[in-house]
Amino acid sequence: MYTFIQQLINGISLGSIYALIALGYTMVYGIIKLINFAHGDVYMVGAYIGFFAITKLNMSFVPALITAMIACAILGVIIERLAYKPLRNATRIAALITAIGVSLLLEYGGMLIVTPQPRAFPEVFPQTKIDFFDGAVYMTNQQIVIFIVSLILMFLLQFIVQKTKTGKAMRAVSFDKDAALLMGININNTISATFAIGSALAAAGGVLVGVYYNSISPLMGIIPGLKAFIAAVLGGIGIIPGAAVGGLLMGIIEAMVSGYWSSTLRDAVAFGILILILIIKPSGIFGSNIREKV
Amino acid sequence: MQKLLNKRTIFIIIVLGLLYGSIQTVILQGKLNPYYEINLLLIGINIIMAVSLNLINGFTGQFSIGHAGFMAIGAYASSVLTLKLHQPFPLAILAGSIAAAIIGFLIGLPTLRLKGDYLAIATLGFGEIIKVLFVNIEYVGGASGLNGIPHVTTWSWVFFLTVFTVVFIKNFINSTHGRACISIREDEIAAETMGINTTKYKVMAFTIGAFFAGTAGALYAHYFYIIQPNTFNFLKSIDYLVMVVLGGMGSITGSVLAATALTIISALLQRFAEIRMVIYALLLIVIMLFRPQGLMGNKELSLNILERLGRGEKHGSVSSK
Repeated sequence: MYTFIQQLINGISLGSIYALIALGYTMVYGIIKLINFAHGDVYMVGAYIGFFAITKLNMSFVPALITAMIACAILGVIIERLAYKPLRNATRIAALITAIGVSLLLEYGGMLIVTPQPRAFPEVFPQTKIDFFDGAVYMTNQQIVIFIVSLILMFLLQFIVQKTKTGKAMRAVSFDKDAALLMGININNTISATFAIGSALAAAGGVLVGVYYNSISPLMGIIPGLKAFIAAVLGGIGIIPGAAVGGLLMGIIEAMVSGYWSSTLRDAVAFGILILILIIKPSGIFGSNIREKV
Repeated sequence: MQKLLNKRTIFIIIVLGLLYGSIQTVILQGKLNPYYEINLLLIGINIIMAVSLNLINGFTGQFSIGHAGFMAIGAYASSVLTLKLHQPFPLAILAGSIAAAIIGFLIGLPTLRLKGDYLAIATLGFGEIIKVLFVNIEYVGGASGLNGIPHVTTWSWVFFLTVFTVVFIKNFINSTHGRACISIREDEIAAETMGINTTKYKVMAFTIGAFFAGTAGALYAHYFYIIQPNTFNFLKSIDYLVMVVLGGMGSITGSVLAATALTIISALLQRFAEIRMVIYALLLIVIMLFRPQGLMGNKELSLNILERLGRGEKHGSVSSK
């Protein structure tokens, strides 16, 4: 029972990070129907910017987080403008191959710049734990920070998407691009805004992972990126609350598999979940089936 | 018979024979630098991988990015046969290929209902699952892999199996089945209305692709003594994807040329692994932006074209085909 509660706590903090990354995937997919393979690597860049902001510029946690988010928002917009925008009317496979290319470019270009060696993320919060049940179950400081930061960001996103003009434009474009254009919405700027917000969330996830695991490397984005994508599919790709729920579920499932079974199998289980959803209900938990029209 | 043995076919056979014979003589005399030999054999193995992946990605229009997974199955199955069960090498190659084909069939049947990017992610997932499963099977050495596999892959094996693969896939594409596959790529719904059983042909192309990936895996394992699950990771699949995309989606000769060129390039950049991957990444992006159909598109480099070039463009405008 204690193991279960402990793994639930671990799972929720890991899951909130997945949720932050999954939100970016789902928003981009919702608006231009592209699996942005490079998203996981934007998250890696975010972690590195956070790292340099803390170690080289001596920033504290919150300013470093904001710096990383802003820098990655700009990076996201640049990637979209240079690599994806020219392909907006190309086949989806062409766009997907480009996304894989951008992803490899960030990973290995990153290796050339910051060396492939993993780096130790500085400890920004003192290592303290809160014990429950006489120490059988505990929660670390980092986990609390992760949970609070992701919660704030998710509410902020919900506010932007539901209440602001940009958010309304984003929803309109994802619903019907041509009709949105006729209503006078600037589609290019709206798509850029989507990339900016999604990348900023991924950067926040990257900094939080640095804080949580204390280690960052240029290839750190691959597996969490794929898992966040699975989370987005699990919740129903293109649906924002779906990504949040899917992310949390993925985190919890992964923690349970590591806790009860074997941690080497957790990646296989994650991909197994993906394949099961794709076969049984490709639209995800919150999605509705769309019939194919000829 | 007359058609089978026309001038062109004889010419190609002679060229291939000369290529094989000259390299074989140099190897037999022991004058071939081992470094060149490794890369020569790698070119062959990579051609098998690229051409078989092109059958799935280029000709049938399905997008698989887990091809290295099938290579892993071929490598492991054949190595278990030779290393643990002491069976002869030809049997091991065949068994490895068949094992990969069976897994390809089992994976293809449910996943090929998915389209485009979803299929890509599903195949990526399967590739990773296959890798993780090998890590967790103690019988095949877990994460450290299999060691001391007999070194029996020779230039002859690689050469003839590469030629066999290319000829087989070329003939497949020119057959009724191959035409059906191409029609699925062009327009799946239209193909279905014309009475083509799209699922059947997609699974068929996928299974054949997996079969030859298994062959390549068996050759690979028996040349390099050691196989590890990590050898066959996602990046390996990307290597082959780059070959197919660069050469042209739907061009066998394009895949052959791209596989040859990229193997040589990566051999030259051996010591700069990161730069190599950056070049691959830029290649993918630039090709998609400026020539999404790949260098050769779906054209084949044939003797017709060479002859036409030889005679000058003026006379060659009417094709004799």
